[in-house]
Order: sequence, then C-alpha cells, then structure tokens
Amino acid sequence: MLTKRIIACLDMDGGRVVKGVQFKNLRDAGDPAECAAAHARNGADEIVLLDITATSGNRETLLDAVRGTARSLFVPFTVGGGIRQLEDAEAVFAAGADKIAINSAAVREPALIGKIAGRFGSQAVVVAIDAKKINGSFAVFVAGGRISTGRDAIQWAREAAVCGAGEILLTSMDRDGTQSGFDCELVRAVAEAVSIPVIASGGAGSARDFIEVFRDGRADAALAASIFHFGIENISQLKRELHDANIPVRWPC
Amino acid sequence: MISTSKIAIVDYGAGNLNSVKKAFDYIGAEVVVTDQPETVLAVDKIVLPGVGHFSSLQALNRVGLREALLQATSAGKPFLGICLGMQWLFEGSEECSEIAGAGIFTGRCRPFPSAVKSPHVGWNSLQIDVQNGSRLLQGIAQDSFVYYTHSFHAPLVAETTAVSDYGLQFAGAIERGNTFGVQFHPEKSGDVGLSILKNFGEL
Repeated sequence: MLTKRIIACLDMDGGRVVKGVQFKNLRDAGDPAECAAAHARNGADEIVLLDITATSGNRETLLDAVRGTARSLFVPFTVGGGIRQLEDAEAVFAAGADKIAINSAAVREPALIGKIAGRFGSQAVVVAIDAKKINGSFAVFVAGGRISTGRDAIQWAREAAVCGAGEILLTSMDRDGTQSGFDCELVRAVAEAVSIPVIASGGAGSARDFIEVFRDGRADAALAASIFHFGIENISQLKRELHDANIPVRWPC
Repeated sequence: MISTSKIAIVDYGAGNLNSVKKAFDYIGAEVVVTDQPETVLAVDKIVLPGVGHFSSLQALNRVGLREALLQATSAGKPFLGICLGMQWLFEGSEECSEIAGAGIFTGRCRPFPSAVKSPHVGWNSLQIDVQNGSRLLQGIAQDSFVYYTHSFHAPLVAETTAVSDYGLQFAGAIERGNTFGVQFHPEKSGDVGLSILKNFGEL
C-alpha cells in the first residue's frame, strides 16, 4: 500500500541550518548533511533543503551544502530556494539533488516548469506555492510571501500540473510557524483539483495535525521543519502515532 | 564490499544519473557512467536507469546502445533496469507505442487505472514471491518499503519476483537468469535499496 510521506525540511541560511536543528548527538547541529542524515535515520521519507539566504550571489555555498548532504543520503532529496532558470536547476541536480522546488520563478515564467521537466522529468520538479486566504479564496504570494500575485492558488496549482510539475508543495502562510495545524481546507481544495501529489506545509504542531491533514486534507505528504523538536521528539515517534491511527506510513523503517 | 567487477551505468541523456552512481559508490562498487556501446560490452555488469517518458528510450537506438544491451543480456551479462530501464525490458509501453522495448519479457506497460492518482509517487511495500527465490531480493524482508515514482507500470509476468499494490497489482521486480528489473528506485529506498544494489554488485 502506498504510504503517506513525512518530509523533513531544513531551512538553510548561508550554508547553515537555521531551524529544526536541536538534535542530540550531532557533532555539528547546523550542518545540513548531519541534520539530513539524522532525520533519515529517524524515519524521514524525504528531505527538503530550502535555501532562505536573503542575499544572492553565493550559489557555491548552496551547491557545497547540496553535495555534502547528497553524498550519504539515500532517500529522495529536494532542493529549493533561488532557482530562477534551467541552469540553476542543472547545477543543483549535478550537485546531487533528486528534485528541485521552484516558486517565484515558476509564477514569473510558467514555461520554466516544462523546461526543467523536459530535461530531468516531471518527477524532479516540485512547484512550491505559498497561499494565503483573502476574502474567502486562496491567493498566491511570491518572494518569500512578501508579494501578492493576485492569482488563485487552486488555479495556479492546476496550471503548474499542466505545465509539467510532478508535485505541489503547498504552504499555508496563515498557518506557517503557528503550530496550530495544517490548513486542511486549502490542502483538500488543491489535492482534489490536481492529480499530482500534494505536499502540505505550514502549521504542523502535533501528531493529530498530521492525522487530520492526511484524512481531511487528503494530502499525499506532509512537511515540517521546526516541529521535530517541539512536542514531537522525532519522526519515528510521529510515524508510530500515525500508524496507530491507521494512517499508512513507512513504519517501522 | 565486492568483487572487482565493473558496472556500467548507461547514460542515454534521460534524467539524472547521479543518485544511481552515488549509491553504487557508497557500497563500494566500481562504476563507470557511459554512453559508449563498446564500454557496455566491455564491462562485467550493466545498469540501465531512467526516469520520465518512454520516448526518451529512443536515444538508445540513436547511439547504438540498444544493440549492445541486447547482445550483452543475451550473452548472460548481469543487467539491472531501474524504473524506465525495467520497462524497456518489456515489448513496449502505451506511453509511446512507436518505441519498441527489448521484448525480453512479454507484455506492454500500461497506465494506472483512473481510480487512483497518477503518477504513483512515494514509498510502497513489496510483496516478495518467496517461491521464486529471487537473487536480487535475497535477504530483503517481506513488505519492505521502497520508493516509486512513475505513471506507467509493467504487467505481471511469470518472472515477477515482487509486486506492489496501487489501484492494481503491478510488477515491482522481475528477474530471469541474469536479467533483472525494478520499477522502484533502489538508490532512493534507504537501506533496503542499498541492500538490493549490493546484491546486484555481488552477483
């Protein structure tokens, strides 16, 4: 049976992991390679490395981190942040990523989705959508949530799928960082609108939240960063709770 | 690990071969990535990876790799097809009917039924046919999880050594003599996947 995926996200600034870093027994808790390996050992089904470095121009730092992380990671590995053109994606794949996540660049140039998918396959292209509820519908924001595009999230998800996206990484800006639960209404609306997998993000605070987003939100996967040291000790424990609630997960793993 | 055998990973321009190479490097196998038919014929073992559309297999015909691969497999050289590389072992795929597969296994690859979302992406369990005595899956526990990402699936054939369920049962792994195929990605399937690659490396 296909299982629901639990994805650990590492937010990285200047080559260092800045959230979700409180592992015990790590020599260097800010090192992306060590964090990724620790999450994988604990049962993460995938790892996402998100470069949130504000300044541009230090792509080498990101690529070094990708190379170091990929070397001994044998679960799917997605890299996002600052990928603006095909060449950026090529460099990230060459460094060892299995998938790339694109957000603002895809909104600006939807054809970029097809360009990258044409070269690396749709399975390698994750379109990240940041959505916020405004006047009863979900609006797409870009540039780290700073700029409203005036686009509807559900329509944009459909278009991204048609353009060749392999998965949608859907972040609720209203819930992000609140630990008050995923936005199941948003997730479900998108999950029912597209046939490609939808990864829910934003708001994870407890095992109950994951159960709800899989049951009510119809998410195929759920992503979290900081949760894995708040309340839920690690992914293994979360998966055991999901398993006990009859959510199919890769457990034991 | 392993013997001194040399493994060629066939590069026909479809997708990203890094993760397959990296996994073989990790287990200590000697691998070379090549698009040269002569190299394919010279090495001890062959891996045909691949993701994406069946039409990308057209490139095998263009560069003369198809003949080399057919020659090597019929000579009994260990061959592992991964994902699209496994689908190539069949007669063809409804995804692109103009491109012929190798026809080493009978049947054609088909899309999933419309009742399930496509593509099939994620970790699914493997029901291993223990009667079949797979060499590739030796030591792999029943219901182990492996990572899949694909829209088309291979039919169940007599040589199916493991199946997974997604709207229907499909071939997760096939094996006849020294010719092996896996629909999932062993290079992305954690320790289970590494064990499978090691089994191939140690043949």
